[in-house]
Amino acid sequence: MSIELRNATSIAGVGETEYWKVGRADKNEFELACIAITRAVEDAGLELSDVDGMCTYSSERSSPVALAPALGMSDLHFVNLYPGGGSAAGGVVHNAALAVAAGVAKTVVCYRSLCQGQNMRFGRARAGHGLSAQPMSTTIGGPQAFTAPFGLFSPAQTYALDARRHMHEFGTTSRQFGAVAVASYANAQRNPRAVMHGRPLTIEQHQESRMIADPYRLYDCCQESDGACAVVVTSSERAADLRQPRVHITAGAQGMVSGDGLDRQSRPASLWTSAGMTSIARQLYREAGIGPEDIDVVQVYENFTGQVIMALEDFGFCARGEGGPFAESGAIDWPNGQLPINTSGGNLAEAYIHGLSLVIEGVRQLRGASTSPVEGAGHCLVVGGPSAPPSSALVLSRG
Amino acid sequence: MTAAFWEGCAARELRIQQCRDCGTHRHVPTPICGGCGSFDYTWDVSRGTGRLFSYTIVHHSVHPATEAIVPYNASVIELDDCGGVLVTSNVVDCANDELYAGMPLRLVWEQVDPTLSLYRFTPANE
Repeated sequence: MSIELRNATSIAGVGETEYWKVGRADKNEFELACIAITRAVEDAGLELSDVDGMCTYSSERSSPVALAPALGMSDLHFVNLYPGGGSAAGGVVHNAALAVAAGVAKTVVCYRSLCQGQNMRFGRARAGHGLSAQPMSTTIGGPQAFTAPFGLFSPAQTYALDARRHMHEFGTTSRQFGAVAVASYANAQRNPRAVMHGRPLTIEQHQESRMIADPYRLYDCCQESDGACAVVVTSSERAADLRQPRVHITAGAQGMVSGDGLDRQSRPASLWTSAGMTSIARQLYREAGIGPEDIDVVQVYENFTGQVIMALEDFGFCARGEGGPFAESGAIDWPNGQLPINTSGGNLAEAYIHGLSLVIEGVRQLRGASTSPVEGAGHCLVVGGPSAPPSSALVLSRG
Repeated sequence: MTAAFWEGCAARELRIQQCRDCGTHRHVPTPICGGCGSFDYTWDVSRGTGRLFSYTIVHHSVHPATEAIVPYNASVIELDDCGGVLVTSNVVDCANDELYAGMPLRLVWEQVDPTLSLYRFTPANE
């Protein structure tokens, strides 16, 4: 059986809570999940009782099994967890689209609630992965036994190794990493929802910011935030009759490149300068029937700025190794760049809700509702966590 | 499965897993060869020379054990032998600002507590 996915489904509604700096949320994570989902369903002009599918991240603490009865949902026909954190940003929507296109469910809510301030912060040393992760004590097992004894604990430290390798092979510079952060912060100044609204960033401030894990400085790292996001996926035919202009899910792709994996040091050398998303990019463009030249705006998950540069290379916006000069050239800046990125401020400057906020900004762009609107935008690429396998991506299009 | 690796450390041998069927080396230890699917493996002992593949200098400690030692380097070394596998470690006896990718290194052992000796690397003369 083959399912025609291209434009068959749409995002009909989006919902988000207020966003806070880590630890500042005035409600608990579960309540934030309820708020985001309620708002997304209401935005679509639907009722909670219309929802018959739920899709979230495997690291999500607000379980569908707890949320569905709390929200008074009807019978669920599709309940799905996509592996990981930022990797899932496109994958939850892709899985929902597949379920709707296959006729398994009619209305699927994708959601993520994340209060690092009420739980474990990702930037600290953690043992294990996903929901089973715990603060690291004095003993450690698994693959981390081969990194932790040498003081390699956190994502910033681990991803800095890839950034360093990119600098070594291609001459990429810290200022080029900084160009990504400056672009995101500039967009956040126009977005009153952004945590960093009112806090502009210059390249000089980036260069003077404290070192976290060289070459990564403070502003190369995503924020830690509190908040929740949700989107409603349904058939494009049904979405045409709903409250908001529909935004087509033109294509989705997920997975990982051969040789990539959780244990970073076991990867082949070629993957150290890639976001590990070349196979996803190929499949995505094939499914969408378009190429990088047709993309008008990109929401790309910023775990760290160097990984954004590698993702832009993987998705074919510039040649391998040219991502640094591409970012520094102004190409990624709104409004004049050829490829504005992260027009809400993204993970760096709007909020870090594991990238589902990037999907929502993609929808806003195609509804003409972004605070940094890209004129005439027809196609938005949304990229899940770079170098965070199994990652995912979407092409969203004006319906 | 990893016990043999750590017993190697106690004996001051850097043991790298090698498939008995296709000869492919792998680190960190896994039960099955990703190259040919064989569960049959042996342990090869590295001569311990290699080059600095990548490194980070950690300034912001995220674990109590490292609070007193920042800034420190966490490094990845490409071994000259054992199929050129990558090994996470630290470079010692070298200022952090003198590190560079491609730097030639050799293995040294450090007794970190009575039961554990750890493999680290020091600059090697070419």
